[in-house]
Amino acid sequence: MKSKTLEQVENQFETFQILNEEGEVVNEAAMPNLSDDQLQELMKRMVYTRIWDQRAISLNRQGRLGFYAPVAGQEASMLGTHFALEKEDWILPGYRDIPQIVYHGVSLEQAFLWSRGHFQGGQMPEGVNVLMPQIIIGAQIVQTAGVALGLKRKKTNTVAITYTGDGGASQGDFYEGLNFAGAYSAPAIFVVQNNRFAISTPVEKQSAARTIAQKAVAAGIHGVQVDGMDVLAVYAATEEARERGLNGGGPTLIETLTYRYGPHTMAGDDPTRYRTSDLDDEWEKKDPLVRFRKFLEKKNLWNEQQENEVVDQAKEDIKAAIKKADAAPKQKVTDLIGFMNEKLPYNLNEQMDEFKAKESK
Amino acid sequence: MAQMTMIQAITDAMRVEMKKDESILLFGEDVGKNGGVFRATEGLQDEFGEERVFDTPLAESGIGGLAIGLGLTGFRPIMEIQFFGFVFEVFDSIAAQMARMRYRSGGMYHSPVTIRSPFGGGVKTPELHADSLEGLMAQTPGVKVVIPATPYDAKGLLISAIRDNDPVVFLEHMKLYRSFRGEVPEEEYTIELGKADVKREGKDISIITYGAMVHSSLKAAEELAKEGLEAEVIDLRTISPLDIDAIITSVEKTNRVIVVQEAQKQAGIAANVVAEINDRAILSLEAPVLRVTAPDTVFPFASAEDVWLPGYKEIVETAKKVINF
Repeated sequence: MKSKTLEQVENQFETFQILNEEGEVVNEAAMPNLSDDQLQELMKRMVYTRIWDQRAISLNRQGRLGFYAPVAGQEASMLGTHFALEKEDWILPGYRDIPQIVYHGVSLEQAFLWSRGHFQGGQMPEGVNVLMPQIIIGAQIVQTAGVALGLKRKKTNTVAITYTGDGGASQGDFYEGLNFAGAYSAPAIFVVQNNRFAISTPVEKQSAARTIAQKAVAAGIHGVQVDGMDVLAVYAATEEARERGLNGGGPTLIETLTYRYGPHTMAGDDPTRYRTSDLDDEWEKKDPLVRFRKFLEKKNLWNEQQENEVVDQAKEDIKAAIKKADAAPKQKVTDLIGFMNEKLPYNLNEQMDEFKAKESK
Repeated sequence: MAQMTMIQAITDAMRVEMKKDESILLFGEDVGKNGGVFRATEGLQDEFGEERVFDTPLAESGIGGLAIGLGLTGFRPIMEIQFFGFVFEVFDSIAAQMARMRYRSGGMYHSPVTIRSPFGGGVKTPELHADSLEGLMAQTPGVKVVIPATPYDAKGLLISAIRDNDPVVFLEHMKLYRSFRGEVPEEEYTIELGKADVKREGKDISIITYGAMVHSSLKAAEELAKEGLEAEVIDLRTISPLDIDAIITSVEKTNRVIVVQEAQKQAGIAANVVAEINDRAILSLEAPVLRVTAPDTVFPFASAEDVWLPGYKEIVETAKKVINF
């Protein structure tokens, strides 16, 4: 039996939703103030990302992409949070969070080079405030506390946002990052995309806590659980978190309840080993594209032709980006040595000379 | 010139740099109002304010992440790890994150972080305070590792470490903090990182060392001199990267070498020095290069330090072994 205290705590974290599965507004009061153009743009991005995901999986199977973590199902969670940001805000992505940094200014070509393992994939464009996708789960969380404190000290009126998954919320760095940002009242937004599985481990095996949002309590910061398949709710929660951060209210933890339709990564993961088709079906019905499409169609803001245009554009862009990525120069050891330090130490200077000689042969 | 202990020289280096460069932030556990558990940051919060010198929650990993994030937003962080035995908590932030920042961003970002941390035996600290873990850091591409042995070196090296635009681990031996005073210029000066220093000239054998073992080696050299043997004592000062030129120049002069470290034989960086000498100067050697190190056990219980830590007697003994080879 649950203690009263526990029950009371959990009741503080009811799922925040604006659109239901039928695309009906169930929480008019919370409706974000978005123009028709903005609503259409959100839909475009979600459709584009769905196509990109399908193409990336296919390109990976053909051996034309390397490491890839599928995103289908998480479009609302990823793009809804991102849509609430300003250009100058910082993003510290996890390894799955490529769509957010692409919509923040990283090119598709660069995303593909990162997937393949090429240094150009990490050379973020000047003025685009994003870090390279983080492989060490949790490291982005402590770093976000630092970036957010830096932004606060510089009085920049910007925030830092970071993403991890449900499994990531078990890491020590997850707690430390939230707690540091809280102690410094830093403008950070921590997004946990709870897709219910960390590779094969269900979220119930991560923690006895019923929500991840309630982990905010341990840091003394604001936490909210959102329907992560509802792009408007995700957007509204992020917008509110951003305002809170900028107004000195400190960081926010946002848990988005979402699902990945594909495998964990393309490196041989097989979800049929640990997920039932019933669960897949249940979450297919919650597809963020389906419900937002219905919502927009009812408002006469979306039709099949618009959707097809986005699909075609996405396919075309991806083709062009892959071609560009193919044309990237092959990496040399001397390139890699050159990126190690501002001023190379003796050992690297020696090795630079060795490899220069080798490469000129 | 002023007479300073090593810890005063360290405080002075930070004060001098913080005055010049407003982007420098100093933080860690109890470094603010308290002035640090060893008083290394004494008076700095009063002088520069809480925005620049501040305490953190008790979490080393978080401190590392804070330094990375502040570095990305244009600050120059000096972070303190209260004792280097606690580095394991923050190993990812140092070795997997800041060390790789410049590389993994293809030069777009960097981590201008100085990590200050005390270590070293001989002062009977509790568990995991005194361990010599510099070897772990020296194996990490992307970080420099500096270990001063004198007040003069500490100030000049720390100023260089702070100004370096890549991460530098600056390890301060607890036994050397206040054990003696030395001449230290009051103004700013730098000592180039990666440069060793000949602390005593000699022609019969080279003793290559760093940290507290510099002083044990100097004492050993005095003992050897009583027997007419002149040892050259090379203080590495930076253990990664090594000053190969200084090492090889000395080896070619004396033709005999020992490497002395406080760390266990399987740890530290002595094996690396031996390998470099073998690679580059084997034809100058009259005898194998031997090492003086601690035994390969966990760092001793406090009251066993005296029998465990290497001292000048072992250095004399090993030097004679090499000379009489």
